[in-house]
Amino acid sequence: MTSGLNEPNLPDGRSGAQTLPDEPGPDVEAPETPERADSGEDKAHSLAGDALRDLLRSPVFLISAVIISVLIVMAVFPSLFTNKDPHFCDLQFSRQGPSGSAWFGYDLQGCDVYARTIYGARASILVGVCTTIFITIVGSLIGMIAGYHGGWIDSLLSRFTDIFFGIPLLLGGIIVLATFPSDVGTPAWQTIGKVVLALGVLGWTSVCRIMRSTVIQVKHADYVQAAKALGGGTRRILLRHVLPNAMAPAIVYATIILGVFIGVEATLSFLGIGLQEPVISWGIAISDAQTYIRQSPHMLLFPGAFLSVTVLAFIMLGDAVRDAFDPKLR
Amino acid sequence: MGRYVVRRLLQMIPVVIGTTFIIYVMVWTLPGDPFAAKCGDRPCPESYISAMTEEYNLNDPLFIQYIKYMGNLLTGDFGQTFSGASISEELISRYPVTLKLALTAIIFELIIGLLAGVLAGIRRGGFIDNLVLVSTLFVVSIPVFVIGLVAQIMFGVQLGWFPVTYSGDFFSLLLPAFVLGSLSLAFVARLMRTNLVENLRSDYVRTATAKGLARKRVIGVHALRNSMIPVVTFVGADFGSLLGGSIVTEGIFNIPGVGNMVFQGINRHEGGTVTAAVTVLVLVFLLVNLLVDLLYAVLDPRIRYD
Repeated sequence: MTSGLNEPNLPDGRSGAQTLPDEPGPDVEAPETPERADSGEDKAHSLAGDALRDLLRSPVFLISAVIISVLIVMAVFPSLFTNKDPHFCDLQFSRQGPSGSAWFGYDLQGCDVYARTIYGARASILVGVCTTIFITIVGSLIGMIAGYHGGWIDSLLSRFTDIFFGIPLLLGGIIVLATFPSDVGTPAWQTIGKVVLALGVLGWTSVCRIMRSTVIQVKHADYVQAAKALGGGTRRILLRHVLPNAMAPAIVYATIILGVFIGVEATLSFLGIGLQEPVISWGIAISDAQTYIRQSPHMLLFPGAFLSVTVLAFIMLGDAVRDAFDPKLR
Repeated sequence: MGRYVVRRLLQMIPVVIGTTFIIYVMVWTLPGDPFAAKCGDRPCPESYISAMTEEYNLNDPLFIQYIKYMGNLLTGDFGQTFSGASISEELISRYPVTLKLALTAIIFELIIGLLAGVLAGIRRGGFIDNLVLVSTLFVVSIPVFVIGLVAQIMFGVQLGWFPVTYSGDFFSLLLPAFVLGSLSLAFVARLMRTNLVENLRSDYVRTATAKGLARKRVIGVHALRNSMIPVVTFVGADFGSLLGGSIVTEGIFNIPGVGNMVFQGINRHEGGTVTAAVTVLVLVFLLVNLLVDLLYAVLDPRIRYD
């Protein structure tokens, strides 16, 4: 994920050149930005290289990576998994249980639950990934500026962060979305965008705090001082030297929080305030199933299971990434 | 200690002002029709808009609007629900129920979570440790509303051990409280385990063992006490997610608390009621966080005089 970043200052227990050459690993999912890739010069082993090697050996990582890959394929090409139209509903099948023709049964409107569950992956993954990208960019930027400049800029930005930090994610999300309600007529991208913004506006504070504290540690490092002494501009120093070396904790946090965002999105949709009808979502499916839970539990169980497995996979991935990047455990 | 309390209180002021200001701006002044969600699914009648514009001082500059709003908030005037009941009276009558639910959930969290965490931490890598790690991972990944619905149908409907909905007595609150606390319970167990494992390796534990104390005393007195501090902070900071979770749990089990008010408000498209109730929840959350920070200073002598 961050295979190109070098960590010259980190006390690294291992020595010798027995490591893999610095090829960034064949099956990392996230593409490396070229800017960071060419700043990593040490051929022996970077923190990220070590972390990657640990990750590829960890069964937890491999299992969660496989599950997530399947989910991403499901989100991008749902028609690979089902040839039924999730919007095609036939009332005569209303609430029929699982059978050979419909593996997961039918919901209240007589839509195929399997097709809707497959198509539901898209909204959840989209909200999770977009929100995570949003908070990582905004949080890192503010945290980096606050940490690097210090002084009154730091105080001002930190107090600003405190204010947003004080609003719990779910409660704040309810306020935002109750203020800007979506209905059946709202286009799908707008509905999803509102949820992403609502979660993003409230969720960036932790990344910001993490980034700020790592930048404060990194900015006194010799290589930053050297870059300064050589006359590097602030932007260059921040992007080329500080950011690559302060990135790891924020990325670890981002992987963990992705699953949480998916859970919160489903909760908001369950409450009837997050994603809305034309969008197919697990949260809405569970909310619809609630009324008929005694007679037709299959309407609840299948979307519920998919949702839980998705959140579980992202949390496990986050755990594995954190373990791999935590120098204390090395 | 005194200076710390004063400093903490002073730090609290800009946060409270900022938080309420942001909520106010989001609800009333962002582009878009502020009355879009206030009249249910229909557009608002003209007379209602002019009356509301007058009542909420929407013709004043933003800053004055906000000050007047805060004045109303501080004097306990939150406006009215659709049916004409005063929101503040409604809140006062509903708060004790939510508080009872949240406290019961915290008790569950502490008893079961701490016990599981300690048992897992004492024998790291043992059977109980793995059991706790795996089961907490599952609890963390299943959203509260799924746990709530499944628990309701399993223990309430099929096994019949607990009442399906809230009937007013304490017994019917047990299942909802357990559901509400389940997520935090898992976190408490994991946090306790991690801290205990770390503390058991520390110097003072080795010293205590070396001077011949019984293992029971070393763990029970020395290691446990120090491992408790982060757990206490977590339970306090987690109050916000309990309040958020109470919206879901009270909705599912039909408990007449503040969360249920929000739940019903969302279903009836009563934007005003929802924001008023949630604003109060956010303020309570900030207050509880302040109290926990102060408690933290009492518990941990290192933080007292800095």
